[in-house]
Amino acid sequence: MPSKVVKEKSMIIQKEMIANHFRELSTAKETGKKVVYTFVPGNISELILAFDMLPVYPEINALQSGMRKKSEKFIQDAERIGHSEDVCTYVKCDIGMMINGNIGPTGEKIPPPDLLLLSYTGCFTFMKWFENLKRLYPGVPVAMLHTPYQEDKKITPEMTRYMVKQLKEEVIPKMEQVSGVKYDEEKLKNILRNSSKVEDAILRIFDTTKNKPSPIDAYFAGVYYIGPINSGFRGTPEAVNYYEELYSEIMERVRLGLGPITPEGEMENERFRLVVEGPPNWTHFREFWKLFYDFGAVIVASSYTKVGGVYDMGFRVDPDKPLDSLADYCMNCYTNLNLEQRIDLLSKCITDYKADGFLVNSIKSCNSFSAGQLMIMKELERKLEIPVGLIESDLVDPRYFSYSNIKNRLESFFQMLDQRKIILNY
Amino acid sequence: MESLKQLINKCEGLAFDLNYTRAKQWKSEGDGRVLVGYMPIYFPREIIHAMNGLAVGILGGGDKKQIIRGDAYYQSYICHMPRGIIELALDGHFDQFDGFLFPSICDVIRNLSGMFRVLRKGKFVKYMDFPQNFQKHIGGEFFKYELMDIVDKISKINKVKFSPEKLNEGIQLFNKNRALINAVYGLRKKSPWKISADEVYSIIRAGYVIPVEEHNEILKKAIELLGSMDGEPMDKIRVMIIGAFCEQPPLSLIKTIEQAGCYIIEDDFLLGSKWIQGDVEAGTSDPVGAIVDAYLNKSTFSSTVYDVDNPKEVRMIKLFNESKADGIIFAAPSFCDPALLDHPILQSSCHDNDIRYISFLFSENTGQFKVIKEQVGTFSDSIKLWEGETVNLK
Repeated sequence: MPSKVVKEKSMIIQKEMIANHFRELSTAKETGKKVVYTFVPGNISELILAFDMLPVYPEINALQSGMRKKSEKFIQDAERIGHSEDVCTYVKCDIGMMINGNIGPTGEKIPPPDLLLLSYTGCFTFMKWFENLKRLYPGVPVAMLHTPYQEDKKITPEMTRYMVKQLKEEVIPKMEQVSGVKYDEEKLKNILRNSSKVEDAILRIFDTTKNKPSPIDAYFAGVYYIGPINSGFRGTPEAVNYYEELYSEIMERVRLGLGPITPEGEMENERFRLVVEGPPNWTHFREFWKLFYDFGAVIVASSYTKVGGVYDMGFRVDPDKPLDSLADYCMNCYTNLNLEQRIDLLSKCITDYKADGFLVNSIKSCNSFSAGQLMIMKELERKLEIPVGLIESDLVDPRYFSYSNIKNRLESFFQMLDQRKIILNY
Repeated sequence: MESLKQLINKCEGLAFDLNYTRAKQWKSEGDGRVLVGYMPIYFPREIIHAMNGLAVGILGGGDKKQIIRGDAYYQSYICHMPRGIIELALDGHFDQFDGFLFPSICDVIRNLSGMFRVLRKGKFVKYMDFPQNFQKHIGGEFFKYELMDIVDKISKINKVKFSPEKLNEGIQLFNKNRALINAVYGLRKKSPWKISADEVYSIIRAGYVIPVEEHNEILKKAIELLGSMDGEPMDKIRVMIIGAFCEQPPLSLIKTIEQAGCYIIEDDFLLGSKWIQGDVEAGTSDPVGAIVDAYLNKSTFSSTVYDVDNPKEVRMIKLFNESKADGIIFAAPSFCDPALLDHPILQSSCHDNDIRYISFLFSENTGQFKVIKEQVGTFSDSIKLWEGETVNLK
């Protein structure tokens, strides 16, 4: 493994954006900026920004702790104060980080929340997570935004109305109270105009995997690409610039017929094109990615990059209907789609991006993704006659990452894809 | 006259009949009747009753159904109950059911609703989003819309027109049902040696699969029989069980706890049957609104309900004190995020209030109870031996 990781220019820009954000957070007390803890799926960051507050995403902190090999201790510390081995490791990592002084991934202290914005979208555990945080931060107000599930494959006007009422009567008043800033709808509309541009750009970026070779990896690199919109930059001019830069960078690779850049260097020989379902493992992220690189496997689409919003089916925020739009955005996140919608979306990805196989990374911690994945596999195999495979790991608990097990399963899976190619070509 | 033993045997037979024989027989006895299966924890069965239907509680296969195909639908780290339910569905146990309701209690049950849709089970499948906003004009309005959606779905099947009068009748019947269940629990709290916890469990659980009118008769009979009994008190501690959540413990586990020196005088095993604390207002011109109000204002505490303005630990301690319990047993199903993520909150409250507790995990098909028996026995002994002494757990 080369010691120096190859980085794209956009990755450097993003690193600076995120570093600035954490710097701003670390000085929030001095600058008087209020801090809002919230979640990635259904992150209504535009509204937080409209009140000049700073968002913190506990999931992002947890995954960063995982990547920096800090999560194991945090998880064990949370287990020492009574958390079960069986539950979500993001929660335990976050609580462990908090009881260890809340030092964030960049080494700077993350300020305590002034508001807990419980955007309860697509994951039941979010509610339990913030119920626990509420006890750890007594006196901090909680704004609950309950997002109804797309149980009948659609968003009804009543669902939107329920959410908008909550925004108007629960979330916005609490934000006004905490920030001391009056709600300004024009300001929100302007922020949403940027969000709409970003959503367009993201779709164009992930659509470039239609090319052969694919110029990007839509899973391992994809998680970096969705970084800005999922970590507080939705609706900012910085995000618009970042995504335009990223898009032109990728289009240049398309023009040159190049494959994706990986930490091991450029992938020169695209052997397999995969669609992946489920979040990645963060504790061994680079080793995990390298396994695919070594086999010449490129991920052409992944469900995980849609966790903070699904734009493939036509949804865009409408700045002229800001609150309705935020509501619909929340309800459109991937884990808020029912199983049939997930199957339809994955089928579309497999077909549109001409995937050779479908792979599930089943995460112990995440029932929102994992429950139902085996049926999704069966259905896709039945409908599309595509080879399917399954590996298992966890988000940020390194005790559940078994390199050799994953490697063995991937070897078998890729052998199967090879055999199939021979048969199909015969 | 039927003895208590005979009544309990009958209830156990009904409660654990995975073919839902009585429910299916009820359906066949009248035109336009529908069976609607509902998953834990709570659903206002009055709504189904008003639409000429029977709401049938689906609580998994327990230790009575061998899982063969169900394991192919779930990874090993997902709780046991949904694989039992899928097994029952694939084996045709629900074939005469018209619809299925999945209350919003966790991600696993939510995605199970999707699996039922993919498997094309029943004439309708609805994941029921219970509001987490408890204001009448916000969460209440949404809940009403959700309930009326179910009314429409049933009406499309049996052409029954929704009638407020019929719903008011149902409200009265289920009010009676909850009052009778509370009376059984009251007797048990007062004289727990008269009837064991597993027997009470069977009596209550029978109500999940039969018409409410029949269950009310059973409860009345049980209360009458218990009133005429004396029994012999035993030297056991009084415990409250917390955390059974949706997946039910096997009957043998309940027996084991009591055999190890405890009287279970409060529990959340079949929480749906006593979810509403008190009566739903009957006889109003807006009975759906009355059900909504009861949910918003009279729900018990639970892992599934957002509790920031009404902390569950405060309610648990209140219940503990009212029950005159000696200790708490936290018994949650393995891999149950909602129940297990509550434990640090609830247990910390036990520390603060000097309440002794133990904790263990189970699954619905747990078959080995030796370790649990030893753990519970030690817990019971420790309380009996040091009874009255202040224990500083801080």
